[in-house]
Amino acid sequence: MTGPAHGPSLTHLQRLEAEAIHILREVVAEAERPVMLYSVGKDSAVMLHLARKAFYPAPPPFPLLHVDTTWKFRDMYALRDRMARESGMELLVYHNPEAAERGINPFDHGALHTDLWKTEGLKQALDKWGFDAAFGGARRDEEKSRAKERIFSFRTASHGWDPKNQRPELWNLYNARKHKGESIRVFPISNWTELDVWQYIQLEGIPIVPLYFAAPRPTVDRDGLLLMVEDERFPLKPGVQPVMRSIRFRTLGCYPLTGAVESEASTLSDVIQETLLTTTSERQGRAIDKDAGGAGMEVKKQQGYF
Amino acid sequence: MSDPVYVTDALIAEDIDAYLVSHQHKTMLRFITCGSVDDGKSTLIGRLLYDSKMIFEDQLTALESDSRRLGTQGQEIDFALLVDGLAAEREQGITIDVAYRFFNTEKRKFIVADCPGHEQYTRNMVTGASTADLAVILIDARKGVLAQTRRHSYLVHLLGIRHLVLAVNKMDLVDYSQDVFDAIVAEYSRFARTIGIEHFTALPISGFKGDNITVRSPKTPWYKGPVLVEHLESVAVDTSADRAGPLRMPVQWVNRPNLDFRGFAGLIASGSVRPGDAVRVLPSGKTSTVARIVTLDGDRDEAVAGQSVTLTLADEIDCSRGDVIAAADAPPEAADQFEATLVWLDDEALHVGRSYWLKLGTQTVSATVQQPKYAVNVNTLEHLAAKTLDLNAIGVAEVTTDKPLVFEPYARSRTLGGFILIDKLTNRTVGAGMIHFSLRRAQNVHWQALDVSRDQHARIKNQKPAVLWFTGLSGAGKSTIANLVEKKLHRMNRHTFLLDGDNVRHGLNKDLGFTEADRIENIRRVGEVAKLMADAGLIVLTAFISPFRAEREMVRAMLPEGEFVEVFIDTPLAEAEARDVKGLYKKARSGALKNFTGIDSPYEAPDNPEIRIDTTAMTPEAAASLIVDTLLGDL
Repeated sequence: MTGPAHGPSLTHLQRLEAEAIHILREVVAEAERPVMLYSVGKDSAVMLHLARKAFYPAPPPFPLLHVDTTWKFRDMYALRDRMARESGMELLVYHNPEAAERGINPFDHGALHTDLWKTEGLKQALDKWGFDAAFGGARRDEEKSRAKERIFSFRTASHGWDPKNQRPELWNLYNARKHKGESIRVFPISNWTELDVWQYIQLEGIPIVPLYFAAPRPTVDRDGLLLMVEDERFPLKPGVQPVMRSIRFRTLGCYPLTGAVESEASTLSDVIQETLLTTTSERQGRAIDKDAGGAGMEVKKQQGYF
Repeated sequence: MSDPVYVTDALIAEDIDAYLVSHQHKTMLRFITCGSVDDGKSTLIGRLLYDSKMIFEDQLTALESDSRRLGTQGQEIDFALLVDGLAAEREQGITIDVAYRFFNTEKRKFIVADCPGHEQYTRNMVTGASTADLAVILIDARKGVLAQTRRHSYLVHLLGIRHLVLAVNKMDLVDYSQDVFDAIVAEYSRFARTIGIEHFTALPISGFKGDNITVRSPKTPWYKGPVLVEHLESVAVDTSADRAGPLRMPVQWVNRPNLDFRGFAGLIASGSVRPGDAVRVLPSGKTSTVARIVTLDGDRDEAVAGQSVTLTLADEIDCSRGDVIAAADAPPEAADQFEATLVWLDDEALHVGRSYWLKLGTQTVSATVQQPKYAVNVNTLEHLAAKTLDLNAIGVAEVTTDKPLVFEPYARSRTLGGFILIDKLTNRTVGAGMIHFSLRRAQNVHWQALDVSRDQHARIKNQKPAVLWFTGLSGAGKSTIANLVEKKLHRMNRHTFLLDGDNVRHGLNKDLGFTEADRIENIRRVGEVAKLMADAGLIVLTAFISPFRAEREMVRAMLPEGEFVEVFIDTPLAEAEARDVKGLYKKARSGALKNFTGIDSPYEAPDNPEIRIDTTAMTPEAAASLIVDTLLGDL
């Protein structure tokens, strides 16, 4: 993101980058034990890249935490391990033992799957290692309740979020003070849009999971959601055969819950073009936002979901 | 006139790479919209998002169903529902918190802070205004300039927003009348001058119908100025103005990956920097030159205001978080007393004299606020006498810090002139301040260098100094037990002194009463005296109710670690009231004595006292022995 110093003003991406780096450094300066939540998606990729810039030549002085569900795409696990290696950061992977023991999976357990593996898993992981600040890659343009969340978002000792009682956040002064047991979720790319993230990935050459690009992949159509048959755990209904389609993903999560789009976009430019010309928002492929009558995400956040 | 949205779309479809190059070089403008509940603020933002195609089909479908269920626009789409994100807001049809929204045009990217208009949400509006380059003040054409309009204008001007847009909305409901528009603009001009707003741009619009938002409206042929989006695209952004000033970079973090590298990381607040530039580190005043500007993409020749960088210096000089790296020949001031405008953000009012954390740039210090010189009635803008500041109140007061602060007046620098106050116990952000000027230069305040040190004072007495701070309800037994402790220590050849209500209230503090503010000042003075005596090497015992946790913590912070020993004389209220040695509870219950702790004034018990004495389970004599053993065992 080197830009001309004289003449034209800083571009929006230069300002967003500077803001994110400032936020990352504030947390490291003021929190006792920060961690970066790393979900291996494109937003995580940008956040990790910003962290490497913020602390260069030192490696980012905190670990990466992946709260895993065991149901991510294989390509995601591969990129996760590679990026941890390249950044010189410690990678912590957490599996909720209760969810593992009860065999919780997205095919049989629906919402319980997200609740136990992700929401509960995240809380357990934060408690286990005693992290008092956790970076997340959420953006305000994603969803209505996120548009109102602070950059430093305070959590009670039981990880609850109280949207009506948020700390005022003025200028770029962040209040990171908290009592023992309480924690802060920090969103350095709050003010980025989906287009900003894509363009930054392109300009900076940031590695992302190949599933974002179109390729022929085995799929089934289930209740209007185009799912990829990632491995043998996918329960095919009798007589159903996977169909090869040219697909890609706009967001990445657990493969049985993440809908693909049919696409021929195989380069970053193609993907950005398709993103800009599309008529649905990126979270549209996610089942999670639609629970609880329009307030799905707000309720999930109050319970401790990122 | 062709619709710019479709021009953009065509470019995306035909030549995505050309579009990306143009998008990459867009600048960014942050603005806020202010208006009262029915001025159509959310509708305007919804319209801006809709017209710049930032609303997707699935969101539109959800919006259509929400509009039918909860909307206030009949069968039409209620854009307000798009921006009111919290469940409580949708239920009540109001905006509670600041929402941030994003949209692009051909020339710029925009971040809109949608702020609630009602007076009870002043703090949310101040939050949104603090990062904005421009403010859009909405006026309902049918209603004209209201008290709200004046309040919002005052607030955005106070926060230093230089670009003001007066959007006279709902022009469709006044038949697009030029007379109505002109009358409103004239009235607003008169008001704006009185508060020092030199310039604003007025536009006739309809957020609901889309008039003069992205496209010039045929309904207002008499209007010759720019349409809203055109204006938003053309105003100068403030980062370019910051670049012209002298270098200021608050140091966030010192980067020391190995012994050979020591970099200073920060966001440049103003000016620019190149290797070889002479710099001065504040507040120490030490000088050096910039060696390198280090980034992951290689060293750079120059960095400017608004960029986050890491600098290395040619010399090994002290520099850490909170310091400011500045142009050597134009450094900012350092001072420990200021006049500032404060906006109070917390439900609990300002406590004059209480110690708060003050955060400015990357500096965090302890600060106290004096009684406000005046508060401002935000609707009439009158100056009113005030003893304190309640939630959403705005006033001017002196602020004193325990260490010199590197600063600039807020009018010159948001970064070095704006601060927040944080309550030391609740950790809440309770106030925001904007510095006017310093009241005395810190350079003029020198500590007298003492030839006989604190340690030497203590050593000759053969003891370690301490402050035994007794706290508890009236009649709990503080003075009784403190007296016994002092007698025991004295018999053991310890040098002690007991401060209690009798020897302090009649002399040093005879000017103080029993209001909350006076109680705070009482404890502050006792704390300072106890600290001086501890400096002299004494073991000090204090016996005061000292009902507020914050003041006890303030005294703890004055003393070296381990020298403050909090002794909680824990007697239940019923028990103390039953004893009522001095007959005070009876008076308080009858109303003859006001502000009596435990009756009509709170007592905040210590969370983690060094020593807790349960007087229902222990005699005063046993308690005194326990305290002496604990103290001497520890020392």
